[in-house]
Amino acid sequence: MTGLEETLPVILALLLGLAVVLYVVLDGFDLGIGMLFFFYPHEHDRDLVMNSVAPFWDGNETWLVLGGVTLWTAFPKAFGIILPAMYIPVVVMLLALIFRGVAFEFRWVAKPRHRAWDWSFAAGSTLAAFSQGLILGGIVQGIPVVNQEFAGHPLSWLSPFSLMCGAAVVTGYTLLGATWLMLKTSGAVEEKARRLALPLLAALMAFIVAVSIWTPLMSPRIAQRWFSLPNIFFLAQVPVVTLVFAWLCWRGIRRNQPILPFVMAVAIFLLAFLGLVISSIPYIVPPSITIWQAASHPSTQVFYLIGAALLIPLILAYTVLVFWLFRGKLKPGEGYH
Amino acid sequence: METVFGIDAVLLARLQFAFTMAFHIVFPAFSIGLSAFIATLEVLWLWTGSAHFHTLARFWTKVFAVSFAMGVVSGIVMSYQIGTNWSRFGEVVGNVVAPLFSYEVLTAFFLEASFLGVMLFGWNRFPPWLHTMASILVALGTALSGFWILSANSWMQTPAGHELRDGIAYPVSWFEVIFNPSFPYRFAHMMIATYITTSMVVAASGARYLIAGRCTREAMTMLRMGLGMLALLAPLQAVVGDLHGLNTLEHQPAKVAAIEAHWEDTGPADLVLFAWPDMQQERNHFELAVPRLGSLILTHDWNGRFQGLRDFPRDRRPPVAPVFFSFRLMVGLGTAMIAIGWYGVWLLWRGRIAERRWFLHLLRVCWPVGFVALIAGWIVTEVGRQPWIAWGILRTADATSPVTAVQVAISLALFVLVYFVVFSIGIRYIHRMIGKGPQAQQTGPDTLPNRPLAGGQPEAREAAAS
Repeated sequence: MTGLEETLPVILALLLGLAVVLYVVLDGFDLGIGMLFFFYPHEHDRDLVMNSVAPFWDGNETWLVLGGVTLWTAFPKAFGIILPAMYIPVVVMLLALIFRGVAFEFRWVAKPRHRAWDWSFAAGSTLAAFSQGLILGGIVQGIPVVNQEFAGHPLSWLSPFSLMCGAAVVTGYTLLGATWLMLKTSGAVEEKARRLALPLLAALMAFIVAVSIWTPLMSPRIAQRWFSLPNIFFLAQVPVVTLVFAWLCWRGIRRNQPILPFVMAVAIFLLAFLGLVISSIPYIVPPSITIWQAASHPSTQVFYLIGAALLIPLILAYTVLVFWLFRGKLKPGEGYH
Repeated sequence: METVFGIDAVLLARLQFAFTMAFHIVFPAFSIGLSAFIATLEVLWLWTGSAHFHTLARFWTKVFAVSFAMGVVSGIVMSYQIGTNWSRFGEVVGNVVAPLFSYEVLTAFFLEASFLGVMLFGWNRFPPWLHTMASILVALGTALSGFWILSANSWMQTPAGHELRDGIAYPVSWFEVIFNPSFPYRFAHMMIATYITTSMVVAASGARYLIAGRCTREAMTMLRMGLGMLALLAPLQAVVGDLHGLNTLEHQPAKVAAIEAHWEDTGPADLVLFAWPDMQQERNHFELAVPRLGSLILTHDWNGRFQGLRDFPRDRRPPVAPVFFSFRLMVGLGTAMIAIGWYGVWLLWRGRIAERRWFLHLLRVCWPVGFVALIAGWIVTEVGRQPWIAWGILRTADATSPVTAVQVAISLALFVLVYFVVFSIGIRYIHRMIGKGPQAQQTGPDTLPNRPLAGGQPEAREAAAS
């Protein structure tokens, strides 16, 4: 293996990580907004809740597409194993995203007969989040591979662990949504979001603790990663910092600060993601295919990296610009339509 | 092999792709054309200050929003389907085509999706120049997306710039991969198709309002812009289509033989107007043909020759009937659109369009003609590529994922169900919105209290002056 073939997959893996992280952070809160529909029965509240993400959701969801094509471009072998292995949750996620995505437009056009699209938005968001958790859990717990092909059952992904990951992602996204509403809305909508945020934070932390205990028990490889010397000294910081962030998030919610709870909820998510990456690395399809085994041709990776290096900063810049253009809190009754 | 109702996993996966793609292709095609139309309207509005351009731009933006949302959600399905159903395709050609999809996301999807928010929700919030800029960026994004997806599709038709090692494609020259031999023709052909498709919808809506006698000023603008574009682009499309055909003959002769239902190369070829192609007996039934015209069209020479289907082994021939009939449908509708465009422009020029009721009634119901032609053309090129998924590199039958037929069958059933329910409702909503028609904006209770720039907009100034 030459130097290039050794380092490129690492850089591409970081890029894939960036796409996943940005997707989870950005689309997480707007899927969360969808699930929060269940808690806001009144039409005008729902209008406001939906409007708080309406200008952004399309761009947010694009990170999911980037994640998919990055996996395909950089690690075609992993793409060819993970997607067939996760066939059912992926299809369910796609169908759920259809219901939730069209609701953003259909709901307004259908008014005053829009109840069905309220359901489509809320249920679609929940199901999409749950499926993403199933996929995450399914990958972390390991995918059966023989001869570099998926060799499991159509339901191999299904386990108590993946179901719990599904519930954890639903909870986490809802927390992100609630803290986003604290940031973007005011009045009764904001107050309700604050009341919901505390139990959601508590539930998310419980899930994080459960995953942290479950994964090393499930896999000696993961236990070895975290608890061997000297790893434990470095890695122990991850849970400690997570706890600090959780405490800051809790305090922010209690003191009704607008920005801190959202930022801390995002930070908790990032650390949880980092934890799962630490558990799985260097495997992109645990427990058998490493990022080097799955990597595409170096020329493909370099070609993609050039585009990514030039364009991702630009994309981030205009994403920030759009968020900035729609800055500030939405007043009750205020809408873009 | 495991089957569901006698259908194996490969055919199920193909049906799923064909079905989800046929639905999907309509929306981005409409988005590419419509975003360019809206950006043009806004530039005209800024330039002339004429409020009816603004009214029209706002009206079509609402339609665009619904269509775009359906394009986005049906598009995510396409990109993930490559992995769920076609993982061997993904692995064999991924080194070469996957980056094209990545570049599509990086250059196009983010651009259109990010500025779409400004375009849809920024009317009362931002100054007109900023809004117009956002609309132009969205239009640019949709066109760039067309660039990359057609480059990838063209590579599957006419692969270049790669080498094969152990059956896997590796890139050699990225320039040759992107600008592969059929790409310039296919790209031009598809882009013009999207603009024609949109022009048809715009002109048909104009006819609808003129018949009803409302929004007359807007209706006339729509007729002028829609029919004008049609009169210009429909004949241009015929020329580009002809060039595309010559290119196909050079690189995919079996596809052209299927298009023409041309079985044997025994002399100058007839142009088969109608026939029932029989793949078993390798001949046409009920053939109606014009001698030598086929040679003239395909080789630009009365005595030109080109290969017939019998020159290719049976297992390298595409299914003839769908290719043959779709091609005739596409060309027939294309010719009809040239006629509609030219006659319409002539009527406009003579100032008689409002009197020609029969023409307006015809135009009104012709809104889907462009879409039908587009899907027919897509069937020609995709079915004509069979039995290959990537011409000469990988057969469709060898490209699927190691998943069970039951999984593919159930997901196909779900996609069919959901698409019919969701997208037919969406199309009905679009129909209803077009039925309502453009309305000049009122500064009413739904506008933003913190709109600092509303005073700068023409209709607000007009309202204040009156």
